Order: sequence, then structure tokens, then C-alpha cells
Amino acid sequence: MKKTMTKKTAIRARNLGKKYRLGGVEQHYNLREMITHSLKTPSRILHPSPPAEEFWALKDVSFEVEAGEAVGIIGRNGAGKSTLFKILSRITSPTTGTVELYGRVGSLLEVGTGFHPDMTGRENIYLNGSILGMKKSEIEQKFDEIVNFSEIEKFIDTPVKRYSSGMYVRLAFSVAAHLEPEILLIDEVLAVGDGLFQKKCLDKMSEVSKEGRTIVFISHNMAAIKYLCDTCILINDGSIQQKGDSGKVIEFYMENVKGNTVVADSIYSIDPNKSAQITRIQLVNKNGITTSTFNILDPFEIRFEYEITEYYSQLYMVCELRTIEGIDVLMTIDSDWDNFHNQKMNDHFPKDPGKYQATIKFPAPFLDTGIYEFDISLRNDLFRIDEKKEIQFEILDQGSFVSYVRKRGRGEIICIPMEWEVNKISGF
Amino acid sequence: MTLLNLFFKEPSEDATQGPTLKISPPKKWTSINTHELWNYRELLYTFIWRDVKVRYKQTVLGFLWVIIQPLFMMVIFTFFFGNLAGIPSDNVPYPLFVLAALLPWALFSEGITRSTLSMVSNSAIMTKVYFPRLIMPLSGVISPLADFIMSMSVLVVMMVYYGYVPTLMVVFLPIFILLAMATSFSVGVWASALNVKYRDFQYTIPFLIQIWLFASPVVYPSSLLPESLQFLYNLNPMVAVIEGFRWVLLGTEAPGSGTFVSVGLVVALLISGLFYFRRMEQYYSDIV
Repeated sequence: MKKTMTKKTAIRARNLGKKYRLGGVEQHYNLREMITHSLKTPSRILHPSPPAEEFWALKDVSFEVEAGEAVGIIGRNGAGKSTLFKILSRITSPTTGTVELYGRVGSLLEVGTGFHPDMTGRENIYLNGSILGMKKSEIEQKFDEIVNFSEIEKFIDTPVKRYSSGMYVRLAFSVAAHLEPEILLIDEVLAVGDGLFQKKCLDKMSEVSKEGRTIVFISHNMAAIKYLCDTCILINDGSIQQKGDSGKVIEFYMENVKGNTVVADSIYSIDPNKSAQITRIQLVNKNGITTSTFNILDPFEIRFEYEITEYYSQLYMVCELRTIEGIDVLMTIDSDWDNFHNQKMNDHFPKDPGKYQATIKFPAPFLDTGIYEFDISLRNDLFRIDEKKEIQFEILDQGSFVSYVRKRGRGEIICIPMEWEVNKISGF
Repeated sequence: MTLLNLFFKEPSEDATQGPTLKISPPKKWTSINTHELWNYRELLYTFIWRDVKVRYKQTVLGFLWVIIQPLFMMVIFTFFFGNLAGIPSDNVPYPLFVLAALLPWALFSEGITRSTLSMVSNSAIMTKVYFPRLIMPLSGVISPLADFIMSMSVLVVMMVYYGYVPTLMVVFLPIFILLAMATSFSVGVWASALNVKYRDFQYTIPFLIQIWLFASPVVYPSSLLPESLQFLYNLNPMVAVIEGFRWVLLGTEAPGSGTFVSVGLVVALLISGLFYFRRMEQYYSDIV
């Protein structure tokens, strides 16, 4: 046996598994249910466990993280990423296996945990910092830095319930960004907040990783993972599918795991309990052919059908488009066109029961080559009544002006040819 | 080796070699990790501070409420029980008699109420961050102490008004305060853990407290009860607390030897509660 102790281990997970019970007769959340259940089926006393449906959210997961390493954890929704996070951060306990952690652990499942609306920004920094595991002396020492970072000095003694949501998130982020444990676990927290501030937080966190701290970062945002992590673990169906260099794992993930969701024409089954729902989503190219790949120079359409079974005084459709790396590109609402062209500010869309069809027309050239995904939702003012997520399409380049642009390696999202005017004012 | 030593395990201090932390599947029965709890003491202070701070935010009278509440209760109880019903009060003016009981009672009942709800009302925090869950019911029991201390000023004023000077036995007062809180905690630990799974408890506890009020000598002296019931009655630790308060402050008779039995009951309830709590704690985020 070789004994090369060059690098120290920070996290060692062995055979982690987490079992959940689905529904099942076993769960009683109030006494009455428990009593009536045992009265109805007294046989349970003799045959104690009826076959409850079991579900392994995580099974046989083993990995090691070296001290000072930044590791990304990726996978589709429901793959078990969050379960793994919750076990590592001790929010839930594993059903099997063990984790050994070497060093003080801090975890961020969300920002602003424990913020109390009635308390001031100052008080909430102490409250939140303390909940996240900072000592009081540590908070005192970093207090000014936190306040400066948040850019809300003026409102620090105002109750946070008077804050705008942007200010609230900034303050919350600032506390989180100053967390300095030896092992930092981060879950998807960067999904909120404005772009610039997000970048600021990412920078702050990569600073942390350069200082030799260990980071485990769970996210859908491939760009952020690439930015922050050298190695990556891909989780699929509760177990580790790939482990290694971030670039390679992300590539594998996008080709083999995510790619499966590309369907150009989806028809959805109807849930009789829902009063408004999306029944079909179709991607159509300029020739009217259903496809999920489009030429960069050709306009294309996204078509939806939806059904409403009761009257809505307000109902609108929202389409959110982003790159496969998770960068937001566009959010569009079905009233945008009308409001824009007729100079209206209408956000009231009464809809009668019936079947509807809607079409979003994408101009070209607009999106650069690459894979994109979008979410479609039916909303009234508060709720997403129905939504379909992560539908993908790809923009290809089949020889054009834009391919000339791309050869120069711009790698941006939007590739509209801009109008320039260059005039020579005078000669020498 | 005391009973508590048996119960609380000392963690093995082997920080140089082993992991800082080892996560394993739940065990059926484990004891409270006192070492960890101690490491998280600052968080306990923070939660107590939050509870105290938030309680009277956005009220006009603010902390005056701490004084107004027992004062009104005293007036109402004096009118109905002292004057109308003519209940005796061990030769102490009835308002003083009832107030000396109402203050520790509020400490006790507030503690149960807050700790029972604590595990559910703070679930948003507890499903996001780990800390020893026991901190929640603990802060629920301790935070009413701030109200209690301030409301004691009312009692002091009343005693001056009626010309009462506390006896030398006043040095024992902290023991009775501690007993009230320990009783509150022993019930709170059980109820908070049960409430995570069975929300029935948050509706049951207010009833229990009301019944308990009349099973304690708050509005009447315990001498009113027949001798045959005295033993059973003294199992109630709040009897000792209230009689203790009146004894050291107003010079009435000292609580009887039944006190020790009731203290034993509290200890038993507390230890069993801590074990149950610990068991629930490991599944907390899966069931809350």
C-alpha cells in the first residue's frame, strides 16, 4: 500500500443512500388518522408493515473531495442533487452510508435564512450570520464589510420588510458571501438577484476557493459551475454517473442526459383537476415543419395550445428563454406585442373557457448558435397555474454572415447584425 | 456518577486524527450531544434575543405590555375570585396573593406555548440550516424570562404599597424560578417533538395549560384542598413553585415535602422527553 498523503481530504462520502416513503399507509400526521387507521385495519398489528412504496433518492454514492478543491454537482431535476446536499449539510440524515467531514462546515441552501421582517438590516445581519454558523465576534469584525458589499448602507437601520426585494436579496447575499468556513456547501443560491450582483458574489466565492477553502457547489447554472469549479460530479437517478474535469462532465451531461428532453412536438395529458392547462407545445421552422433545430438565419415559431375550463379575469402566458448554461436570455408575455404596438399598459387579460392557441414568432438572425431551453407557464397575478419546463431547441449555423462572426470567436448569445455608421471626418 | 452524567455523553476529543464531523444513519436512541449544544450556545442567545426583540415591535406601548398584562389579570382575578367568590388568601391581601402566582405562571405557560410551537413555526429555518434542534424549544422556554424579570417590578411596587418586605428566604427564589422553567421545558420538549409529527398538540397544549392553571394554587390557597387530595395535588410541580414564591416573598407557609416528589417527576419527564426529542430530531426535515 502506498502512503502518499500529499493532499488532505475534506469530504469523504461512502455508500450514501437515502430512502423516502411515498404516500403509503404508514404516514399519520395527526392522531385521529392514526387511530382510525388502526381501527379500520386491526390486522396491521399482526402484519405491521403494509407494502409502502419506497423510493431511493440516492443510492450508493461515494466520493472524496480534497481540501481546497471546488467541486460542482450537476444533474437533472430530481436526480438526487438536493438530497445529497441536504445530507452533507445535515438537514436530513442518510438511510445508509457515512460522510466524514474534515473542517468547519457552512452551508447555503438559500440566502437570508431566518431573516425577520420586523428586524432591521443591522439586526438581521447578526441573526442570519449566527444562523449560518458565524460567531458573534466574527460578525462584528466583518460587519462594515458586509454592509459595504450590500450597497445599502443608508437603510441598515430600517426593518427589512420595508426593503425592495432587490435590497433584501443584496443584504442576504452579502452575509452569505462573507461566510468563511473551511468547507462551504452552496446550493443554487445564485439563481436570484440581478446579474451584476450575481457576478460580484461569484467573484467573492471564487476568491474564497482560492484561499484554500473547499467548495461544493450544486447548480443548474453550467456557466457558474464552469466559472467556479475545476471538477464536477454528475448525478443521475440517484447515483454518480460521471466524475472528473468540469468541462468534460458538463459536455457529457449536455449531450447525453439533458439532450434527451429535446422533443419538437409534445402533447400533454389533461389533468381534470386543473382549470387551465397547457396541452401541446410545438416547435416549427419557417417551412412549417416540426423540428427542434433551426438555422441561425431562419425565423421560427413556438406554438402552444391550452385549455381553460373556467372563466379567468386575468390569465396570461409567459415564456422564459435561457441558454443551456442557464443564462437568462428573454422573458416574454403574450400581451407584450399588443401593448408595445398600441402604446398600452394592459396587464388584465380576461379569458373565457375554451381551447386556445398561441404562437411566439422568433425573428432571425437573433439567437447565436447553441442549445437553448425555455419554460412556458400559464399564470394569473399570483400563481403559475400550469407550466412546462426545460424544453430545448438548438440553433445551427449553415453558412452565413453570422458564421463569419462566429469564426472570430465572439461566443455571445445574441447575434443581431448591428447597424454601424462610420464616416471619415477629415483626412490628414 | 450522577443521573445526568449517565445521560449526557462526553464526546471523544480526538480532533487531530479523526474527522471533525461524521454523518451516519439515524440510531434508534441516542443521548443529547451536550458538547455540540455548548458549541452552539451563541445561536441559542441569538434566538432568545430575536424572540425578545421581535415581541413588541410595532406596538405603541411596547414593553409596557409586560406590565399591563399581569396587572389586568390581577384586577380581574381579585374582583371575581377575591371579592365576589370570597376565596381566602392565607391572610395576604388578595391582589398580592394572586400576583405572586400569576408571574411565575406566565413564565411557565409562555414557555410551554412558545417551545411547543417553536419546532414548527421555525421550520423554514430548520429545513435550510443544521443546528442542534433542541435550541428551539430551549429558547422558547428561556425567552419569557425577559418578560418575567420586567414584570417582577409590578410585584415589587405592590409589595411596597402593601408594606410587605420579602423574608430572608428570598435567596431561594431563583430555585423556584428554575423549577418553573424546568417544568415548562420538560413539557415543552415532549410537546414540541410530538407537534412536529402530530399537529394536534398545538391545539391541545392551550387546554392543558388552562386546566393546569386551576390545578395549581393560583387563585386559591392549596390549604383549601382536603387532606386526602394533598399528596396527589403536590405531584404538580407548579404547586411547589407558587407556594415557594409566596413563601419567600410574602412569608406564607413553606411548600411541603411533596416538592421533592414533583421535582423527581420533572426530571423523569425531562429525560424521557430529551430521548424522544433526539429520536424525532433525526427525521425532522423528512416529516415536518
